[in-house]
Amino acid sequence: MYQYDVLDRTIVAERVSQFRDQTARRLAGELAEDEFRPLRLMNGLYLQLHAYMLRVAIPYGTLSSGQMRALAGIARRFDKGYGHFTTRQNIQYNWVKLEEAPDILAALAEAGMHAIQTSGNCIRNTTTDQFAGAAADELEDPRPWCELIRQWSTFHPEFSYLPRKFKIAVSGAAHDRAAVAVHDIGLHLVRSGEGNVGFRVLVGGGLGRTPRLARAIRDFLPKRDLLAYLEAIMRVYNLHGRRDNIFKARIKILVDSLGTEEFARQVEGEFRAMHEFGYAPETSPAEIARITAQFADPVHKRAEAGGETLDRQRAENPDFDRWVRTNVAAHKRAGQAIVTVSLKPVGGPPGDASAEQMDAIAELADRYSFGEIRTTHAQNLVLPHVREADLFAIWQALGRHGLATANLGLVSDIICCPGLDYCNLANTRSIPVAQRISERFADAGRQAEIGPLAIKMSGCINACGHHHVGDIGLLGVDKKDGGEGYQMTLGGRADEDGALGAIIGRAFSSDEVVDAVETVVGTYVANRRDGEDFTATYRRIGAAPFKESLYAADQG
Amino acid sequence: MSDAFRKAVTANRLADGAVVYLTASGGWSTEIDDCRIAADEGEAAAMLALGEEAAARQLLVGPYLFDLAGDDGALRPARLREAIRARGPTTGSSLRFQAAG
Repeated sequence: MYQYDVLDRTIVAERVSQFRDQTARRLAGELAEDEFRPLRLMNGLYLQLHAYMLRVAIPYGTLSSGQMRALAGIARRFDKGYGHFTTRQNIQYNWVKLEEAPDILAALAEAGMHAIQTSGNCIRNTTTDQFAGAAADELEDPRPWCELIRQWSTFHPEFSYLPRKFKIAVSGAAHDRAAVAVHDIGLHLVRSGEGNVGFRVLVGGGLGRTPRLARAIRDFLPKRDLLAYLEAIMRVYNLHGRRDNIFKARIKILVDSLGTEEFARQVEGEFRAMHEFGYAPETSPAEIARITAQFADPVHKRAEAGGETLDRQRAENPDFDRWVRTNVAAHKRAGQAIVTVSLKPVGGPPGDASAEQMDAIAELADRYSFGEIRTTHAQNLVLPHVREADLFAIWQALGRHGLATANLGLVSDIICCPGLDYCNLANTRSIPVAQRISERFADAGRQAEIGPLAIKMSGCINACGHHHVGDIGLLGVDKKDGGEGYQMTLGGRADEDGALGAIIGRAFSSDEVVDAVETVVGTYVANRRDGEDFTATYRRIGAAPFKESLYAADQG
Repeated sequence: MSDAFRKAVTANRLADGAVVYLTASGGWSTEIDDCRIAADEGEAAAMLALGEEAAARQLLVGPYLFDLAGDDGALRPARLREAIRARGPTTGSSLRFQAAG
C-alpha cells in the first residue's frame, strides 16, 4: 500500500490547522455561513438534515487495517458508533458536530487520511476496481496510476474551481468493476497491437439529471502521456464548460454540445501544443517506479489451496458453500482468493458498518489479508489477499459480527443512497425501501435461484445510487399527492457492456414499489432462457412483458 | 382545523448542526413539541425575522418556515422531510440526535 511521504503528511497537517482556525472563526461569529460554507465543503463537511455530515476520502478504495481502526474510533468518539460506506468508495459520518470537526480531521491525519477532494467543484477522489492488484482477469494494477492522479490533482491550482465536480475512474481488468463509463473521465488499461500497455480514454460519462455513457476519444494513450492528456481534457473543459447553469455544467454536456469528434480535436490540439511549447507535465519513469513499488504484490509464504479440506467444509456447510459461491472471487495467484464482505444484511441500511464491525474487519485483514482492505462502489468491503485454506475461518469470524451475508451481486445487494432519511437534496427515502426489498427476498435459496441481479436506488435525480445503471433502477420522485413515488428503469448496467436503463411507466407509490420489484423479478425468471442474465433477457424480450405484468391492473 | 394556517420556524444549530425550533419564549429547542406556532402570515414573518436575527448572531444556520398539519391537539409537520428532521431517520435504529449533556 502507498505510504504518505513527508510532503503528503505536511499538506494534510497544514490543512487540519487551517480548518481548525476557520472553524474557530466561524464559531466566534467572525465568518458568516456564506463565507464559511465553501471552506467547510473543501474539507468534506456538509450540513444535512439532522447534523453536519463529514465525507472522508478513501483514495481508490484502499485502506490499511490501521486506517480502518481509526475510522472505527471516529465512529465511536464523534458519531453514533457507525459509518456509511458510499457509492464512491468513501465513508460518511452522519452525526458530526462542527465544533468537533477539526478534531476528527486531526484524528484522520494521524492515520494518513483526510477529507480533501470529497466535495466542491474540484477533481474528486479517483475510484477504481476494488479487486485491483488481486484480480485474476487484470491486465495491470491501476492503483499506481490512481495514486499519480491523486498527487497531480490534489490542490491543483488550475483545477480547483472547475465549472462543476469532476470524477475520474480507472480500471485495469477485462471486466470493468469500476463503472468507468459513468465517470467524467474513464480510463481503461489496455494492450496495444504492438503489445504495449496504455490507456483507452473515455470522457463525458455521468448519471444525474442527464445520464450519459462516456465516449472514447483515444483508443490508446501511452502511459507516459497520462497526466499531459488529462490536463489537456481538463483545460478544454475549464475553458468551455458552462458556469451559468449548474444543470449544464458537467463535462458530459460540453461533449454533447461540441460533439465527441470536436471535443477530441480540441483535446488533441491542446495536447500537441503542450509538447510544442514545452509545458506538458512529465511523468518520470523513476516516479512511477517509486509509486509502483509501494503497491508490490503481497504473497503468502504458504499460499495454500483449499483442496479437499475446503471441498469438505463446503459440502458439510451449505451456508458456507453459498457464501463461497457468491462472495469469493478468483485471485491472480493460485491458492489465494478475494473475499467481499457484504454490508447488506437482510433489513439493514446498505453500506452501514458499526465501529465494532470495522474493528473486526481490521482484525481479519491483519490476520488473513496483509492488513489490507478495500471499499467498493457497491458499498461493500473486500479482503483482497487471503489464502483459500483460511476461507472457512474467515467466514466463521465474519458470521460472529453479522458480516457473513452471502448475497454479493444478488437481489438484496442493493446500491442505495442515504435518501431523505439523511440528505438535504433527496425527494424520497431510499434506505427503508432497500430494507423492505431485502426482507422480501430474504430467503437465501430464493436469491440464489434468481441469480445475479443489480437493484440500484436513488432518492433524487442526482443519482448517487446509480439507478440509471441498475438491472432494476429506482428513482425517488415527488408524487402529485405529496407522497413518495418511485420511478422504475430497467435494463441498465455499469460495466464494459454499459447501458442506461429505460423508464418502464408511471411511478409506483411507496406501498406498491416492493411488489413492483417482485413482479419484475418474476417476469425475468419466467422468461429467461438457460444461463441468461437480466440484461440478455431484457434485450431479447424487450420492455413489453415487464410493462404488461407491472401495469395489468391499470388496464383493467 | 386541518386547513388552518399553522407554521413554525426551524433551523440547524451552528455549533453541532442539531435541528432546532423557535419556542414561544423566543428560545430554540431541539423538541418540535416546544415550537411556537404562527397563526397568520404576519406572525410567521415576525417569527422568521427572529430566526434570521439568530442566524446573523451566528447561533443558527438557515432558518425557514414550515407547515404544520392536523388538529390543534395533534399537530405534526405537513411534509415528510420535516417529520424526519423532527423525529430522526426512519431506518429502524434509534438514531435521533442526542442533545449534549
